[in-house]
Amino acid sequence: MSDIRTDMTITGEGEARFGDYVALLKPRVMSLVVFTALVGLLVAPGSLHPVEALAAIIFIALGAGASGALNMWWDADIDAVMQRTARRPIPAGRVEPGEALGIGVALSGLSVIMLWLATNALAGALLAFTIFFYAVIYSMWLKRSTPQNIVIGGAAGAFPPMIGWVAVTGSISLEACLMFLLIFMWTPPHFWALALFMKSDYHKARVPMLTVTHGRRATRAHVLVYTLALVPVALVAGFTSLGGPVYLALALVLNAMFLHGAWAIWRRDEVLAEADSYAVEKRVFRFSLAYLFLHFGAILAEAALAHLPAYAMLAAHIPLLELF
Amino acid sequence: MPITREHDLHRRRSSRNVGLAVVLVGFIALVFGLTIAKVQGGGTLQAYDHSYRPALDPDNVRFQQR
Repeated sequence: MSDIRTDMTITGEGEARFGDYVALLKPRVMSLVVFTALVGLLVAPGSLHPVEALAAIIFIALGAGASGALNMWWDADIDAVMQRTARRPIPAGRVEPGEALGIGVALSGLSVIMLWLATNALAGALLAFTIFFYAVIYSMWLKRSTPQNIVIGGAAGAFPPMIGWVAVTGSISLEACLMFLLIFMWTPPHFWALALFMKSDYHKARVPMLTVTHGRRATRAHVLVYTLALVPVALVAGFTSLGGPVYLALALVLNAMFLHGAWAIWRRDEVLAEADSYAVEKRVFRFSLAYLFLHFGAILAEAALAHLPAYAMLAAHIPLLELF
Repeated sequence: MPITREHDLHRRRSSRNVGLAVVLVGFIALVFGLTIAKVQGGGTLQAYDHSYRPALDPDNVRFQQR
């Protein structure tokens, strides 16, 4: 007896391709997680066996993917309404919600236990907290209840470099906190720039995005204020063991550009924005992605350049901030 | 429409099966590599249960002290 229905002319629910399960893990978010966690792991004092380091990165990414699957399971109803997310595997009917929940829970447990075994208990605990924070605190609680959802929920995306650092050192330090803060403070202006040209999506889904609850004028002001708050964090990191001449030079340029973009967003009104199809908002959103990648790239470059004696002598002229 | 070997259903299932196989083989390889790395990182191991260690034998210690 066969379990294949011969009357079936189209593939229905539950007949997902492997790629649909990969899509559940939000691979684009995972790429940012992998990159920032790798930087945290590589610049931390001390070292891991290469296989341990590879395992740590894989399980941090898997943990992030698991929280993405849990987020897609919980948010399937609003994903179906929003144009940006309507083609995700659950609203598109390719993966059943129960499957996403099962995959999310199973991968959460696996990633936390394996990261613990591969590195240390604190790294495993931080990954478990990150998954809990994203899936429960952000997705289930904050996202639908407060316009500050992005601000507080951004912490979930900020943990990976700290976990990478802790995987090597076994403890949390000023540098790990600054890498966390860099992503934490970057998240609000990044997402609010997106929300400015995606307002109808959040409005339809009844997600209390700042653009929906407080209007676009207030959102533009918030982008500027949070960018102003981000700048000192990015610059202070340059005066710790993370930074150096290359980081500081790059951070100065990037932060000046981000501030200029935030200022341009603040100065515009809706008439101007609609006239050019939100060109400035889209440009700042795209730039904010490069901003984060380049900051972490500079942190990595500093760690590599520190091995050159001439560069180390140059970097020695920069005062170091040490609190711990 | 009769179901055939080339039906999309087969391609989807094949995609899942191959993907899962690759993931499982990768996971096995990673755990194996991790085990080797952990054992190497542990330095020289001493098999307490297979070799006689005079320093841990109370009778031998008393004999030595006399």
